[in-house]
Amino acid sequence: MPAAAPRSGDAIFASVEHVNAELFTLTYGAIVRQLLTDLEEVDEVNKQLDQMGYNIGIRLIDEFLAKANVSRCVDFKETAETIAKVGFKMFLGVTASVTNWDADGTCCSIVLEDNPLVDFVELPDTCQGLYYCNVLSGVIRGALEMVSVHED
Amino acid sequence: MQFFGGSDISPSPPAPTASGHNAHMMYMFNRNGVCLFYREWNRPLRTLNPQQDHKLMFGLLFSLKSLTAKMDPTSAEKGNLGVPQLPGQGCSFHSFRTNTYKLSFMESPSGIKIILVTHPRTGDLREALKYIYNLYVEYVAKNPVYAPGTPIKCELFNTNLDQYVRSIS
Repeated sequence: MPAAAPRSGDAIFASVEHVNAELFTLTYGAIVRQLLTDLEEVDEVNKQLDQMGYNIGIRLIDEFLAKANVSRCVDFKETAETIAKVGFKMFLGVTASVTNWDADGTCCSIVLEDNPLVDFVELPDTCQGLYYCNVLSGVIRGALEMVSVHED
Repeated sequence: MQFFGGSDISPSPPAPTASGHNAHMMYMFNRNGVCLFYREWNRPLRTLNPQQDHKLMFGLLFSLKSLTAKMDPTSAEKGNLGVPQLPGQGCSFHSFRTNTYKLSFMESPSGIKIILVTHPRTGDLREALKYIYNLYVEYVAKNPVYAPGTPIKCELFNTNLDQYVRSIS
């Protein structure tokens, strides 16, 4: 039996249940607001967001693997592409692009054109240094760790 | 890394209507060898206690995977025998059949292994195993009360699994 081809992010995004986008954005905003009030230190909040993302990532990876039907990525470049094109599309409904590859091919940037998490958000001056979307990097870290890709 | 972490699950009692079930048993392991799930529907003979049984099953799969990868006539690169491979890399076996049963196996890149033991005339169960993996995602991975890496004790998962297994041929 031939292996099924990997499904595109669009197809999967269309087939899962959706949450209201504003609800999602506002809930995330409320979480960050509450963390800032509770912890006060911007570094602490960044760490907490990363930890939350990590906990999400270790469960998310199974859902991603089950739905996307991708086989193991051969190298890091392919991994980054898969995360940007299929992963983000599937879970957030936006496509990201991969840029800024360094000479070794070990470091890159994933850029989100319109990030649903930051709609309606303005950071005041008191929060300089806050990585507002740190939860996303935590998710990626958690997910990659479950498939044995250790990274910073 | 916690190998064979003391999993003390006793085999769950067979479902009340054992007739009509096509499968004998099912195991699920995670990448560290912890037996996440074990269910039997039709197992007349039990020779080992549960811990030994799980360890034996995990060891068997580990060795089989290693062996099948090294014996692969089409692959150019072979590591040394016994070197653990990343899940999903290289060739992987998916089933073996004896005169009394057929064992089907699936491993996800995240290391979740699903084993289904059925009667010998069962067809290819790869799609079924994928469906069971989807069930796992829906009822276990998304369950906020479940801690990853621990044995699965989730009623919804059990019910849906039983229902599905009844329907595969």
